Amino acid sequence: MANSPLLDGPSGARPQKFITWQRFVVYGCLIGCALFFLFPLYIMIITSLKNIDEIRAGNIFVPTMHPTLDAWFKAWDSACTGLYCEGIKVGFWNSIKITVPSTIVSILVASLTGYSLANWPFKFSEGFFSVLLLSSFIPYIVMVYPLVIITRYMGIFSTLPAVVLVHTIFGLPLLTLLFRNYFASLPGELFKAARVDGAGYWQIFFLVFAPMSMPIFTVAVILQVTGIWNDFLFGVIYAGPTNYPMTVQLNNIVNSATGGKAYNVDMAATILTGLVPLAIYFISGKYFVRGIAAGAVKG
Amino acid sequence: MDRPNPLFRNLWSKIAALPMMLIVLVVFVGGTAWTVLFSFTNIKIVPIFTPREWVNGFIGLANYQRLFNTDRWMNCPGLTHIGRSDWEPTCMGALPNVVTYVILAVVLSMSLGFVLAVLMDQKIRAEGLFRTIYLYPFALSFIVTGHVWAWIMSPEYGLQASVRAMGWTSFDFGWIADRHMVMYAIAVAGIWQGTGLVMALMLAGLRGIDEDIWKAARVDGIPAWRTYLQIVLPMMKPVLVTTFVIVCSGAVRIYDLVVALTDGGPGISSDVPTRYVYTNFSANLGQSLSASTVMLVTMAVLLIPWIRMEFGKKSQG
Amino acid sequence: MHSVSVKNLTLKFGAAEVLKNLNLDVSEGEFIVLLGPSGCGKSTLLNCLAGLLELSEGQIWIKGKNVTWAEPSERGIGMVFQSYALYPQMTVRGNMSFGLKIAGMAKDEIEKRVQRASEILQIGPLLDRKPGALSGGQRQRVAIGRALVREVDVFLFDEPLSNLDAKLRSELRVELKRLHNRLKNTMIYVTHDQIEALTLADRIAIMRGGIIQQLDEPHTIYNRPTNLFVAGFIGSPAMNFIKGATVNGGKTFQFGDVALDLAGYEGGAILDRSKVILGLRPEHLSIVEQAIPGQSIPAVVEIDEPMGADSLVWLEVEGKQMSVRVPFEHRPQAGAKVHLKVDIAKASLFDETNEQRI
Ligand SMILES: Nc1ncnc2c1ncn2[C@@H]1O[C@H](COP(=O)(O)OP(=O)(O)O)[C@@H](O)[C@H]1O
Ligand SMILES: [Mg+2]
Repeated sequence: MANSPLLDGPSGARPQKFITWQRFVVYGCLIGCALFFLFPLYIMIITSLKNIDEIRAGNIFVPTMHPTLDAWFKAWDSACTGLYCEGIKVGFWNSIKITVPSTIVSILVASLTGYSLANWPFKFSEGFFSVLLLSSFIPYIVMVYPLVIITRYMGIFSTLPAVVLVHTIFGLPLLTLLFRNYFASLPGELFKAARVDGAGYWQIFFLVFAPMSMPIFTVAVILQVTGIWNDFLFGVIYAGPTNYPMTVQLNNIVNSATGGKAYNVDMAATILTGLVPLAIYFISGKYFVRGIAAGAVKG
Repeated sequence: MDRPNPLFRNLWSKIAALPMMLIVLVVFVGGTAWTVLFSFTNIKIVPIFTPREWVNGFIGLANYQRLFNTDRWMNCPGLTHIGRSDWEPTCMGALPNVVTYVILAVVLSMSLGFVLAVLMDQKIRAEGLFRTIYLYPFALSFIVTGHVWAWIMSPEYGLQASVRAMGWTSFDFGWIADRHMVMYAIAVAGIWQGTGLVMALMLAGLRGIDEDIWKAARVDGIPAWRTYLQIVLPMMKPVLVTTFVIVCSGAVRIYDLVVALTDGGPGISSDVPTRYVYTNFSANLGQSLSASTVMLVTMAVLLIPWIRMEFGKKSQG
Repeated sequence: MHSVSVKNLTLKFGAAEVLKNLNLDVSEGEFIVLLGPSGCGKSTLLNCLAGLLELSEGQIWIKGKNVTWAEPSERGIGMVFQSYALYPQMTVRGNMSFGLKIAGMAKDEIEKRVQRASEILQIGPLLDRKPGALSGGQRQRVAIGRALVREVDVFLFDEPLSNLDAKLRSELRVELKRLHNRLKNTMIYVTHDQIEALTLADRIAIMRGGIIQQLDEPHTIYNRPTNLFVAGFIGSPAMNFIKGATVNGGKTFQFGDVALDLAGYEGGAILDRSKVILGLRPEHLSIVEQAIPGQSIPAVVEIDEPMGADSLVWLEVEGKQMSVRVPFEHRPQAGAKVHLKVDIAKASLFDETNEQRI
């Protein structure tokens, strides 16, 4: 260290100015791994900009000399999903139709449940909560057939309400945990003050707690939108063919290879499907990390 | 004024929690119990099952017997030849496949995730950028991940063909077309998607450790790598267990990734339990239900360390 | 008619009995302080009064009405909390008017009440700010204002000054006293700070383990504590305790070679008891040069702790430490052999077996 003792600040670790061989190894590993994680994104993008002859003839690594958005337009508008050739836009709108109500309903139910558990406990409420948490580890497929029976019995199987219901059910454990812990972390005296002021169950929730809970609602929306958008299994089982979400349509486009695989169109459709969650991720990075960490670590 | 009926105390709270209670009772407890119970029957597809149908259809463990005699579920041709020269510790089928996948996912993504977290913890520049890069795959659907990797691993035009075209003609990366390697191919894609999460959890765990540990270790002259392995890692046990449970419970239910990447192929060599259950719903419900129950039991066994940790916490405090 | 009346109140959290068959009557306009070590159930009692906890047994009456099962807002109480508990997203005005709006009060009446309360508390200029932009003292004023606008008869305070620094605390203490003089409401005030209790209270209830040990005016509590716990809890520096016995038909307190004349002790029949504890407050002792037979204790000066105007002198008596409060300029030399003159009229005697005052 070249500093004179007089100029020395606090001792201990400080960011190093000179690149030692250790720093070199650290950055080397980090960048190497970063390349591994970025590689598929790169491949996806350059493939989607090629035309099919280039793909057959060329090298997967090499970007095209004549980028074209043809594959993107085809993927969006006219790619075939088996029966129809209307592109992935159908799935996009279906996914919106599924994601918006599912997110709203599941967050509404879970936030009220978490609020009840945290602030208005009743006999057995903790017991129910424990079972709810344990349930989140049951493989979904165990409950899929019973849910088919239930939704059929309710007369909503193969419709939009069925997927909304299923997403609400399977989102419940994690979201309830999230909200319960959040409301439990608010000062208890605030709740008491509101009760002395005469506020009841709903008034405290909507007038006192909800306005100061925007961060946790944001986290919940991010969790649910990405989770529901990315779902495949529930969409394929409960939504019915006319409501297939984007993931299902993507799978159908890729698998309906009529006259040879159009990898450029497949990759364009793949990017389009990943675009919504990726956009949410890049815009809300901090909240996204907080959401998955909150859900994970406290579980 | 009398004590009001306790049933009506906090009435709104109970009403608001009613959906949760119904879901817990009907779907989580009821649905699971239904699946387990009817796995002991020869029931076929009918809209609703009643206790009488259960009694009439009861066939004991027959479904399980059939399940474990089905090659698609589990097939260990060489394993029973104990003591003979053709004894082989290899198994094929959906169950061994998922075991392979869980082990690969746990070992690889947890060790890679830990190493990345330690590297990220070295007061590096552009930490946010690296974190964003490692974590973005986690935001994607397994279907998206599966199709990207299917294209990259496609033997005709993908990585293998391109590397061979560049002169390394013996390069072999045709894993998704190879019955013995296909689960490794799926694991690569799964690790690509999930390691960022493991890294983020572990990093949070590392950051949660008291800074003074580092000062104490430095004063004692312990090298950094030993501090990590012998002091920090044991202190991170709660985070490690939580991460383990998350990785496991995700890996056991693997489905979408397989559907997109291989759709169980080549042949049925990358079939997994969820896919086995799903594809048997219409033709072979008994198989579906018994396979589901086996998954449930597997998950319960994997959960034991977590339950023990939670339980231990309570008995201490 | 009592303003607040607690009858045989028992409260359990699961199996733990936090309040045990507790009775308390508070008169109209009285300032009652609940004082006790933390964890003794003060807040729990206050929450029961407010209707925030459900009693296991017993009744609560406010203004002659049985409110045991009434909602908090129906009881005619206002409450102020240690952490202020202001709604962070509302302005000061919004905080103060929230309860009135919920009650469906007319706008101009709300405004009138908010104005009146903010005048009393001098928070007029803060009305449009959010709590986040206020200091601790200002926040607590707003919290008091929120209780004030309810124009109720009974105010409940749960350690309202504990989060403030020492200077603000004494300022607000005086203001609370002024407020009480002006409004003449019944106030029930929880604290673990005995200075607050002694300065504010008309009567103090000393609590321990969910039981009220003594309920009396401050000077009675201070001078005639009803048992050993109260004697030791109240007073700083703490009371000196000397173990001994009463002899001579209860006329003399004997410990070691020292005999103290008990004539003039204010209490019950003393009788001869083998195990007695004599309690002497440091300010009820004085240092004298010459022994006074039957009224003084020989002692050796150890150290002194100057406390500004006074000095706390520690002495050794029969192998034990005792403290005496003397004016700073009269403090003796270390090592000096002196005598402690006892004012027996202000002393307390306790039966060691049941710890009760004799
Ligand atoms: N919600 C609760 N559940 C269980 N025990 C509680 C609860 N609230 C308080 N207690 C216990 O009751 C006792 C009295 O608490 P409290 O009234 O808050 O004491 P304090 O006199 O310090 O205000 C304490 O021992 C506390 O641990
Ligand atoms: Mg308290």
